[in-house]
Amino acid sequence: MQFMLLFSRQGKLRLQKWYVPLSDKEKKKITRELVQTVLARKPKMCSFLEWRDLKIVYKRYASLYFCCAIEDQDNELITLEIIHRYVELLDKYFGSVCELDIIFNFEKAYFILDEFLLGGEAQETSKKNVLKAIEQADLLQEVSPALAKQNVPLFVTV
Amino acid sequence: MPAVSKGDGMRGLAVFISDIRNCKSKEAEIKRINKELANIRSKFKGDKALDGYSKKKYVCKLLFIFLLGHDIDFGHMEAVNLLSSNKYTEKQIGYLFISVLVNSNSELIRLINNAIKNDLSSRNPTFMCLALHCIANVGSREMAEAFAGEIPRILVAGDTMDSVKQSAALCLLRLYKTSPDLVLMGEWTSRVVHLLNDQHMGVVTAAISLITCLSQKNPDEFKTCVSLAVSRLSRIVSSASTDLQDYTYYFVPAPWLSCKLLRLLQCYPPPEDGAVKGRLVECLETILNKAQEPPKSKKVQHSNAKNAILFEAISLIIHYDSEPNLLVRACNQLGQFLQHRETNLRYLALESMCTLASSEFSHEAVKTHIETVINALKTERDVSVRQRAADLLYAMCDRSNAKQIVAEMLSYLETADYSIREEMVLKVAILAEKYAVDYSWYVDTILNLIRIAGDYVSEEVWYRVIQIVINRDDVQGYAAKTVFEALQAPACHENMVKVGGYILGEFGNLIAGDPRSSPLVQFNLLHSKFHLCSVPTRALLLSAYIKFINLFPETKSTIQEVLRSDSQIRNSDVELQQRAVEYLKLSSIASTDVLATVLEEMPPFPERESSILAKLKKKKGPGAVSVNELEEGKREGGELNGGGERGGDSSAIAASNASTPSPSADLLGLRAGPPVTAAAPSAGSLLVDVFSEAGINDDGFLRDLEPTTESSDSLLAEGPGDSDSAPPSVVSEDPTPLPESDELLNKFVCKNNGVLFENQLLQIGIKSEYRQNLGRIYLFYGNKTSVQFVTFTTTVTCPGELQSQLNVQSKPVEPLIEGGAQVQQVINIECLTDFSDAPLLNIKFRYGGALQNLTLKLPVTINKFFQPTEMASHDFFQRWKQLSQPQQEAQKIFKASHAMDTEVLKAKLLGLGMALLENVDPNPENFVCAGVIQSKAQQVGSLLRLEPNAQAQSGEQMYRLTVRSSKDTVSKRLCELLAEQF
Repeated sequence: MQFMLLFSRQGKLRLQKWYVPLSDKEKKKITRELVQTVLARKPKMCSFLEWRDLKIVYKRYASLYFCCAIEDQDNELITLEIIHRYVELLDKYFGSVCELDIIFNFEKAYFILDEFLLGGEAQETSKKNVLKAIEQADLLQEVSPALAKQNVPLFVTV
Repeated sequence: MPAVSKGDGMRGLAVFISDIRNCKSKEAEIKRINKELANIRSKFKGDKALDGYSKKKYVCKLLFIFLLGHDIDFGHMEAVNLLSSNKYTEKQIGYLFISVLVNSNSELIRLINNAIKNDLSSRNPTFMCLALHCIANVGSREMAEAFAGEIPRILVAGDTMDSVKQSAALCLLRLYKTSPDLVLMGEWTSRVVHLLNDQHMGVVTAAISLITCLSQKNPDEFKTCVSLAVSRLSRIVSSASTDLQDYTYYFVPAPWLSCKLLRLLQCYPPPEDGAVKGRLVECLETILNKAQEPPKSKKVQHSNAKNAILFEAISLIIHYDSEPNLLVRACNQLGQFLQHRETNLRYLALESMCTLASSEFSHEAVKTHIETVINALKTERDVSVRQRAADLLYAMCDRSNAKQIVAEMLSYLETADYSIREEMVLKVAILAEKYAVDYSWYVDTILNLIRIAGDYVSEEVWYRVIQIVINRDDVQGYAAKTVFEALQAPACHENMVKVGGYILGEFGNLIAGDPRSSPLVQFNLLHSKFHLCSVPTRALLLSAYIKFINLFPETKSTIQEVLRSDSQIRNSDVELQQRAVEYLKLSSIASTDVLATVLEEMPPFPERESSILAKLKKKKGPGAVSVNELEEGKREGGELNGGGERGGDSSAIAASNASTPSPSADLLGLRAGPPVTAAAPSAGSLLVDVFSEAGINDDGFLRDLEPTTESSDSLLAEGPGDSDSAPPSVVSEDPTPLPESDELLNKFVCKNNGVLFENQLLQIGIKSEYRQNLGRIYLFYGNKTSVQFVTFTTTVTCPGELQSQLNVQSKPVEPLIEGGAQVQQVINIECLTDFSDAPLLNIKFRYGGALQNLTLKLPVTINKFFQPTEMASHDFFQRWKQLSQPQQEAQKIFKASHAMDTEVLKAKLLGLGMALLENVDPNPENFVCAGVIQSKAQQVGSLLRLEPNAQAQSGEQMYRLTVRSSKDTVSKRLCELLAEQF
C-alpha cells in the first residue's frame, strides 16, 4: 500500500498515512485530487478505480471515507477488508467510534494504525492482539475521563 | 463497550481543537492558528524550562496544525527531547511527530538515531516497537545506514518477542525498499525464510511481506520459501473456520496470510517437486470448490475475504499458465461473477478475465462471454466498470470476432465518457488494423472513427491509415472514393480533411474518371475546407494542391491562381507563405518531367509495426511508463510522427535517408517540408538546382537539407590501438571518444534529429524524443559501402559518475549490415539526476577483415529533459531574484560565431526545450527563457537570459548569456553548452 487517507464528506482530511516518500507539495496535490475524485462518485459505484498508475480502494463509513492506494499487483478485495478491520479496531477501542473521536484523538488513530499496518503491509491482523498492544501502552499512561461524544456512530454492528 | 481510557487527556489540546472547529471562516482559523503558534514559540523560547507534559502538549498541537495543512518550521528539537523521556506517553508523541514531520537537519538526525538506538537496546518490547515503527515510518537512507545491520539480528534472535519480530520484519522491508544496497540478508536468509514456519500467525503475516519483496529481487536465494509457503497454505486452506481463532475473519481462515502466500508463489514458476506441486494444485482446487459452496455468512466481509483469496488463486493459476483444467475452471468462475449483483465483483471479474484472455488455454473459454461483456459495456452505470469491459473486449478480440467487437466499440464511442474516449479510439484503430482481412473494412472503420470521435483521433492514427493505404494498391481506389464521400459532409472533422487531402493528393486520379469526382470537383471540395483549418492542415492541403498540378494538368491554372492570391503568398505564417511561393515557382518553371519526378507518388513505407500500440502504452498516465516498459513497447521504426516532438528537424532525417537505400525513418514530412523531400532519392539535390536557377534564396526547408550535403567527410575512424592488434575487450574498457565528438555533441544541443556522424564507411543518423525524465533515441547505422559489415556491435557506457546520474539501456543491434543497408538501434534513457557528461557510444565492426573501432559521444545533454514553463514578466523577475545566490548563476560573454538572425536564435532557443518568453525582458532585443529540468531525483527550475550586442566596442558581435537555476551544476553546464550554439 502506498498511502491511506481518511476524509469527511466535506472533503476535510482527518488522517493521512504515507508509505512512500513524497514531498509535502505532492502529498497535498494527491490529496486534493483524490478527495475530489472519490467524493464525485455515486454511492452504488464500485469501490475500486484506476488513478494514475495506482489502484484506489475506498469505502465510506457514515460521514468518513477511507481511501487506500495500492499497486498494480495488490489485491483490491483484501484491501477493502483492511479498511474494515481498521474501522473495527477504532470502533472497539473508542466504543462505537465516530468522526469526532478521530478528530480529538488523532494521535490514537495513528498509534492504532501503526500496530495494524506497518510500512504499508499488514503487521498483525488479529483484532485481539492489536488491541492488546494498544491497551498495554495505555496502561503506561495516566488515566483521564473520556471525552463526551454526541456524534453519529461510525460503525454500526448489525 | 467498556469505557476505554483515551489516554492522557491533554486538555489544552482538546480546547484548541474545539476552537479550530468553531472557527466560522478560513481566516478565523488562520488567525487562531497564528495565535497558537506565537504562544508555542514563546513557550519554547522562554527562560522557564518546560516540563515534559507541556512539551508533549505543545508538540502535539504543532502536529495537529501541520496535519491541518499548515507549514511547521519549528518544534523538531522539542520533539527530539521527548524521545528520551522516560514517560512512555511523552516518548510516543515525540516519535509520532518525528515520523510525520521528517526533517533533514543532520544534527537532529544524529540525535534521533541516538534515541532510537537506546530504545532498540532497551529490551523493553513496547519501546522497541515504538522505535521500529519510527524507522519504518521515516524509512530514510540515514536510518537505513544506521540500523540496517541491527534489525535482521533482532528479527531472527531467539529471545525476541513476537510483536517485536513483526515490527522488525516490516521495518526491514521498508528500509529494503528505500536502500536495497544497505540491507544485506546474506547469513540471515535461511532463518528469515523459516519464519514462514513460525507458530505465531502474526509473525508469519508480517514476515511474508518481507520475504516476497526479497524473493522478487533474489529469487534463487529465497527459493526454499516455495515449499514452505505451499505447506503453510495447505494447512490454512484445509483448516476448519474455527481452528485459527482470532485469525479467522468472518468465517474465513487467515485471509490476509492466504493472499500473501498466493502472492509469494507468483514470484516463482510452478514447483518442480511433484509432491509440492500436487499439494498446491489441491489447494487451488479447494479454493475454487469453496467458491461454489453456500456462504457461511451473509456479511459482505465474508464474501470479500473469501473472494480475495479466490482472485489471488486465479492470479496464480494465470501466472503458471500451465494447468488447462484450472484455467478453464477459473474462467467459468469469473464468468459467474460477470453477472453478480455486486459491482465490485463484476469489476474484478472483468479485470481478471483480461489476463485470462491472453492464455492459449483459456482464450476460447473467455470468448464465450462476449455477449455479457458487450452488455456490460452498454449498461454498466459506473464508468470504471465500463472501462474494464472495453479492456476485456480488446483482450478477447481475434480474427473471428473482430468485426463484431469493433462495431460494438464504435457504437459505444458515440456515447462514451470523455475520460476514456482517446484510449477507445486507439484500441479500435489497433484492432481494425490487426484483424483487417479486407482493407476496405479497415479504411471504413478508421474514417468512421474520425467521424465519430475526430477530436480524440491522435496523429498516430491518421498517419497510420495513410501509411497503409500507400502500401496497399488494392485499397487506394476505395480509399479515394470513401474520403471523397466523407468530405461531402458539410461539417467534417479536421482530421478527415487531413486524410482526405493526403489521399486525394496521391490517388485522386483513381476516381477522376467519374464526372461527379472530376479533378476540379475534388479540388473545389478540398479547398472549400481550407479556410476552416489550422495552419498544419493548410500546409498539408497546399502540398496536395501541388500534387494535383502533377496529377491533373488541367487544374494548374486554377491552383496557381489560388497559390498566387495574397492570402497565400503573403500569408503571415512563414510556413504557408513559403510553401505557396515555392510551389508556385515549382509549377511554373519545372518541366513536366521534372514535376513528375519531384511529385511522384509516395514510395511504399517500410513495413513496420504500428506506432499506435506505443501510444496506447503511453496513454496509461504520464510518468507511468517506466523505462523498462518503454523498452518492451513495440519498436516503431521511425515513428510516423513528424519527427521529434520539439525540434521538428524531420527533413534532416528524411534527407539522410535519401542517401541511404532503406529509408527507415522517413516521415510524412509534414512539418519541415512537403512530401517531395522524401519522394525520390534525387529529390533533394534536384530541388536545390531548380531553385538556385530561379534565384530564390534557399532558406526554409531547403536549408534543413544541409546536414547531409555538408556531411563532414571526416577521417576514417580507427580505434586508438588500431585495427586487429587491439583485442576488443581492452579497447572497450577505455573508449576514448573521437576528437570531434564534442563538436558533434554540440550540434545536437538544440535539435533532436539529424546525422550524428559520417565517414567514408558509415553514416549514423539519430532521432530522439524526450518526455519528462525519459528519453528514447533511435540510431540508424547505414553502411555506405557495397561490402558487408560483420560482427557489428555497439556499446553504450556512462563514464564515471554519470553512471549514477543516467540510466541507459540499449537494445543489441543486428551484428551484420549488408552493403548499402541500414540497421536501427533503440536506446532508452532515464535521467536520475542532473549530469554534465555525455554517455559514450562505442562502435566496432569488421569491414573487409579490418576492425573498425570508434567512439562518439551520444548527444544526451541535460537540456533534453527540460519541460518548458510559461510565465508572465512579473513572475519571471520574481523567480530570477529568488535565484540570486552567486553559485546559482553562471554567466558567459562570448563572440558570435554565426550571424545574429533573430529567427534562427529563437528557433535554437526553442530547440533547447525551454519556453521562450515574449514581452518579459524590457529590452526587446534580449531573449529570456524558462524551463524545469525533470529528473527522477528532483526538478531543477532554470531561467535563461541571452543579450545580443550587435555592436560591441571591438566591432565584433558579442553575446552575454546568463543562466540561473536552483542547482549550481545545472547552471554551469547549461551555460557551457549554450555558449557553443550561437
